[in-house]
Amino acid sequence: MLASIKTNSLTNEGQKLGMMYFRVAVILFGAQLVMGLIAAIQFLMPGFLFEIFDFSVARMVHINALVVWMLYAMIGSTYLMLTDETEHEGVGIALGKLGFWILTAAVTVVVLVYIFIQVGAGTEATIWFINEGREYIEAPRWADIGIVVVVLIFYWNVFATYLAGKQTGIMTVMVANLLALAGLYIAGMFFTDNISMDQFWWWWVIHLWVEATWEVFVGTLAAYALIKLIGAKREIVEMWLWIEVLMLFGSGILGLGHHYFWIGTPEYWWEIGALFSALEPVPLIAMFVHVLYDWGKEQGIANGKGEEGNVIKNGPAMAWIVTNAFGNFLGAGIWGFFHTLPQVNIYTHGTQFTAAHGHLSFFGAYATILIGMIYYGIQRAYGVERMKSTFKSKMGIFMITFGVMGMTIALTIAGYEQVLVERADLGATWNAFFTAQDLAWYTQAQLWRAIMGVVTFVGFIYLVWDLLTIGKAAKETQEA
Amino acid sequence: MAKENVSVWTSIPFWRRSAAWVTGFATILLIWLTFDTLGQISMGTDDDLQTKTRKRVPAPTVINYHIDYKYDRKRGSEVPVVGNKEPFFGKEWSVDEAAELLHLGKLTSQAKNCMNCHTLLGNGAYYAPDLTKAWLDPNWEAMGYFGKPTKEEGIAYFLQHPSENSIHTRRMPNLGITEEEAKGLVAFLKHMSSIDTNGFPRNFSKATDKSNVGGTYAR
Repeated sequence: MLASIKTNSLTNEGQKLGMMYFRVAVILFGAQLVMGLIAAIQFLMPGFLFEIFDFSVARMVHINALVVWMLYAMIGSTYLMLTDETEHEGVGIALGKLGFWILTAAVTVVVLVYIFIQVGAGTEATIWFINEGREYIEAPRWADIGIVVVVLIFYWNVFATYLAGKQTGIMTVMVANLLALAGLYIAGMFFTDNISMDQFWWWWVIHLWVEATWEVFVGTLAAYALIKLIGAKREIVEMWLWIEVLMLFGSGILGLGHHYFWIGTPEYWWEIGALFSALEPVPLIAMFVHVLYDWGKEQGIANGKGEEGNVIKNGPAMAWIVTNAFGNFLGAGIWGFFHTLPQVNIYTHGTQFTAAHGHLSFFGAYATILIGMIYYGIQRAYGVERMKSTFKSKMGIFMITFGVMGMTIALTIAGYEQVLVERADLGATWNAFFTAQDLAWYTQAQLWRAIMGVVTFVGFIYLVWDLLTIGKAAKETQEA
Repeated sequence: MAKENVSVWTSIPFWRRSAAWVTGFATILLIWLTFDTLGQISMGTDDDLQTKTRKRVPAPTVINYHIDYKYDRKRGSEVPVVGNKEPFFGKEWSVDEAAELLHLGKLTSQAKNCMNCHTLLGNGAYYAPDLTKAWLDPNWEAMGYFGKPTKEEGIAYFLQHPSENSIHTRRMPNLGITEEEAKGLVAFLKHMSSIDTNGFPRNFSKATDKSNVGGTYAR
């Protein structure tokens, strides 16, 4: 179906490969939303698909599809910018294409096994072939190894092209950051009987991905996108990028401590985790200011020169990137800070508060900018100079953003009730848990979450419809 | 750039160097702290248990001891208390047997995907209760151990027949857990309840005490 996102105007093989990654990313994004809807319904009607397609399965596919579509879109974005930045056609892209097919086949098999086999016996074989049962990185060990191999091919494409071509500041950050991102995955690839040790290393992957290396990745994408979409000056964009790297890694690396409050690890993580994670919103404010400032500045320069119209060359992409600037700050920054201090976290840890933060931060920090990059890819694929937002683009971004915001607020209310009733008052036992789950404040919030999930899904349909049609329409307008 | 920079604050090399130094420093500090933490969260030995040496994560043979979770005035939170010996599934487990049972339990907890409904040490999904101190939950006793003589046998029975014994409309599905796997899981839960989690979950012992004296939420 997504074959209609044509790549006719692309002559560069790397960028064609980028578009291949984008297509799979969009399909997996859809799978993530469908699984989310099933899980949301199960909160309201626990009998729904009981012992056929249980919550654990829906939820596992929900979060795995999330991680994988984002990685696909990230790889796609990297291939898209590789030749632009290095001014080199790309080294070993044919092998990269083989890697794409291997990865996609592996992802398909893993998902089918998740859906149809679901659980296995308590043996090593299950860990190797069915699932590892560790949130976010459930992929069985054989797939882990496959992922590492494919990522190495991808990294070699990027690194060898970088060495052979021009070495811009943006690509320097990209190459260094991708190495850390790929290397960290290995920290999640072993089995231990010690649950504290297990979670200690598990957070090295999860936290150092989403609160350090992925954020820096977003910084490089935003830098590249600002140059391409509004003609921002490279010197300024790269200076900001280095400042962002400084602040993101300066706060994010030791911010890892906020996951080490209650898993058996020593008390000193309270102070370290609280201090550094409290600093994590700072670079996100900087990124927000940077995007809006550069936009205003470029528009001002254009107006000063007496040029007509706006400087934005791709309306929907820019809209998503501005949403990213704000969503990253709001979802990761504010919603993260809500419960990052240990005095608060002792009550909020493992409640719907975490789910609220998870929804808005993954959306605000990552989904938004990656969708923006997909729009930019389409503009390139059709070879159009200017791509304006259509009604469908606007419906897509509005309904998805409104839906995710609504889900976040609903889950925050549910989490607040859970914190007060289950944790503070009743003491976190089984009865405390279910007493809190049954109160109207909680069940109403879960209903609103499901409704807002549907709103998000309708927005997604508009988004896909737009992605399939906007390029062709823009091309026709241009030629007319 | 042709022109020389007027100020260090707008100099790309300055920010690049600063970014490299800050990242390097944070990484080194993290690695150093990691070494310290790994030492503190490695499992203790059976000797530690016999000599009553407190470990954050005790040896698997902790399943041979009574475990409690009590308020500690000095630390200002609840801490696990390893008490006297008590039989587990009717016997005392040797070092090797206990390690093997815990291994089976941990493997099973992953194979059955517990973490995508429950939270373990507070991490996972939020559809079902936290399992950190599940071994100590007053509800097992309130439910009469499902007619079994001991708590461990009651929990093992529940894990094999969850959907018909659930206390809530949101039931646990039958995951095909065998008798051996259920024993392993109970050992895993008992071991987890002995881990020093800096007082998480808070107020748990208050609820337990209330339940034991027939308080409000003791059903």
